[in-house]
Amino acid sequence: MLKRKSLMRSAAIAGIALVAGLAVGDGAMAANEKLKIGVLGVMSGPAASWGLVNRYCAEARANMINEAGGFEIGGKKYDIEIVSIDDRNDPKLAVSGAERLVYEDGIRYIIGPNIDTTAAAIVPVIEKGGAMNIPYAFSKDLYSPPRSHSILGMIASYQAGPVIYKYLQEKEGVKSVAFVARNESDSLNQREEGVAAAEALGLDVLASKDTYEAGTTDFFPVMSRLVGLKPDLIVLSGVAPSDAPLMLKTARELGFQGLMSTETAQDAKILSEVAGDAANGFISVGGASTPEIRSEFMETFSKRYEEVAGEWNDEAGTKVYALEILLNTIKTAGPEAIEDVSKFKAQMDAFKMTNPFLKDGRDLHFVGAGFFDQKRQISVPMVVNVFKDGEFETLFVGSVD
Amino acid sequence: MEQVIINGIYSGMQYALIALGLTLIFALMGVLNFAHGQMYVLGGFVTYYVYGVMGLPFVVGLAATAATLALVGVFFEFVIFRRVLKLSVREESTMLVAAGGALFLESLVLIIFGEKHRGVPSVISGVWKVGDAYMPYGRLLVVAMSALLIGGFILFMQYTRQGRALRALAQDREAAQIQGVNVDNYSMLGFAIGATLAGLAGGLLVSISGVNSGLGTWISIKAFIMVMIGGAGVVPGAIIGGFILGMLESVGYTVLPGGETYLVIFVALIAFLAIRPQGLMGKPWG
Repeated sequence: MLKRKSLMRSAAIAGIALVAGLAVGDGAMAANEKLKIGVLGVMSGPAASWGLVNRYCAEARANMINEAGGFEIGGKKYDIEIVSIDDRNDPKLAVSGAERLVYEDGIRYIIGPNIDTTAAAIVPVIEKGGAMNIPYAFSKDLYSPPRSHSILGMIASYQAGPVIYKYLQEKEGVKSVAFVARNESDSLNQREEGVAAAEALGLDVLASKDTYEAGTTDFFPVMSRLVGLKPDLIVLSGVAPSDAPLMLKTARELGFQGLMSTETAQDAKILSEVAGDAANGFISVGGASTPEIRSEFMETFSKRYEEVAGEWNDEAGTKVYALEILLNTIKTAGPEAIEDVSKFKAQMDAFKMTNPFLKDGRDLHFVGAGFFDQKRQISVPMVVNVFKDGEFETLFVGSVD
Repeated sequence: MEQVIINGIYSGMQYALIALGLTLIFALMGVLNFAHGQMYVLGGFVTYYVYGVMGLPFVVGLAATAATLALVGVFFEFVIFRRVLKLSVREESTMLVAAGGALFLESLVLIIFGEKHRGVPSVISGVWKVGDAYMPYGRLLVVAMSALLIGGFILFMQYTRQGRALRALAQDREAAQIQGVNVDNYSMLGFAIGATLAGLAGGLLVSISGVNSGLGTWISIKAFIMVMIGGAGVVPGAIIGGFILGMLESVGYTVLPGGETYLVIFVALIAFLAIRPQGLMGKPWG
C-alpha cells in the first residue's frame, strides 16, 4: 500500500514537473503575438480563382514570414494570421463578411474583394470600422476622394488598355478593333473604358456592344459575329481566366487570323490545356510571373504558393504584392498603425521599398494620383505578356506612373 | 447564315443531352434535381482526369465518367431522396435536399479538382469548311456521340424491359407497383441513368468547352429552361427544348449582340408558360 502511495506521489510530482517544464519552455519560446489580415473575395463559383489566388498568395507569404520568426514591427515580432471569407461575388455576403472581419475579428487590413459591386458594398463597413482594404475592382470611385480607405491592388484595364492598343497599333499595324465582354458590370465597365481608349487612339471600333452570359460554354454563336466583322484585333474585356481560352479557340476555329488581347491576368496552364496552339499570340497583363523578370525571392515564393494551392497560377504574379506592401507600410508607420489606419494612410505618399519579386530592384510604392487624385494604388508593374507554346513571354514592362 | 444554323444545331444537340437526365429524374420521382449541373461538372472532371491527366483513351474516360456518375446517382437516390420522399410529401423537401446536394457536389469538386478551369486536347483536330461555315471535327464528333447517346437512350426506354418499367413508373407510380414493378429499384436505376447522362454530357464537352467547379448552376438553369419549354418529365420534350434553346441562342447572339438575348429568351419563356404552362409536350394534369 505504501509502495503504491509512493508511486502515486512520484507520478504526481513528475506530472507537476512536466507541466511546469512545459510552462517554462513555453515562456522561453514565447509565441509571437498574432497580426490578423483579412482576405475577402470570391472563392467558389465560376470566378473562384480570383479570390482563391488572393488567399493562397497571402497564406503562402504568411507561412514564409512565420517560419522565419515573424514580421517585425516596432521591435516586436508578429506572426501573420490570414482570415479568409468567401463572398461568392455577392454584395450581401461581402458586407456580412467585412462586418465579421472588422467587428468580430478586429481586423484593420483586408485584401479584397474582387469586383466593383462587392468592393462598393463594403465601403461603409470599411470606413465606419476604421479599416483599409485592397480591392481588385477597377471603379475609380473606390479610390478617389472623398473615399480614402481602399487601395487598388493591380493594374486597371483603363490603365493597361491604352498602352496595349498603342503598342499593337505601332508595332503590328492594328487599325480596327472589336470588343466583347461578359454581361456583368465589371466587364461592361472595362469594355466602355477600352472602347474610349481605342477611339482616342484613332482605331476603327467595329464592335462595341457584344456580350456573352456568365456560364457560357459554347462561344461559337458569340464569336461568329465578331470574326465575321474581320477586325485586326479582338479585345476580350474583363474576361475571366475560364472564358478566355474558349473564346480564343473558337475564334481560331472560325478562321480568325488577327490578334487577340485582354487587360486582365490569365493563367498559362489553363490557356495551354483548353486552347492549345490557338492561344499563341494572345496578349494579356501579368505581374511577376515571367522568368525574364522574376527574382529569386519570387521563385521561392512560387514554390511556397504551390505548397499551399497545389499548383502555380500565373494570376498570382499580379496578386503577390498586397500583403507585402501592407505589412511594410505598417512597419514604417509604426506599431500604432496596426490598430489606427490613419497612421498607415499618413505614410502612403512617402512610402517605398525595393520590389522583392522582380530582378530589376525597382521600387514598390503607392501610385495612382493621376487617376484618383491621391495615391491609392499599389505600383504593380504593368507586365504585358504574349502567350507562346505553353508559356508567357514578356513583351514589355510599363508602369502606371 | 449557314454558320448560325450550324451553331444552333450543335448547341441544341449538347443541350438536349444535358436536359435528358433532368427530365428523366423528374418523370420518375417528381424531383427537381438542382444538382444536375454539378453532376455535369463532376462528369467533366472525371473525363479530364482519366483522359487529360492519366493519358488513357477518351472512351475510357467516358466509361469511367459513366460509372462514377451512376454511383453518384445511386448514392443520391438511395441515401438521400428515397428517405426524404418516404418521410415527407411536401415537394419543397426534395427541392431543398437537391439544392443542398448541388452545394455539396460543387464544394467537393472545388476541393478535389481545384479552382482552375480545366480542359483536354481535342479528340480530333482540324476544321471542315463548307461554304462560309466552319465546323471543327471535334464538335462534329461530339454531335455524333450525343446523337448516339440520345438514340441509345430512346431505344433503351422503348424496347427493353427496364425501359418499359421506367416508363410505367413515370406514368403512374402506384399502378406500376401493382403490376409488379419494384419501385425502389427502378427509381434507383432511373436516378443512376439521369446522373450518368449529365456526367456523359460533361465528359463529352470537356474536350470542347472545358469545365470548372462553378459551372454547375448555369448548366442547371439552362437545363430547366429546356425542360420547361419541352414539358417537364417528357423525354422528347427535353430534346425539342434543347434544340429550341440552342437555336434561340445562335440567332439571338447574331441579331442581338448587346446582351438582350437572354432577356428576350426569358420574356418569351414567361409569355409561353403563361399560355401553355405544361410546355410543348407536357400534359396539363402532370
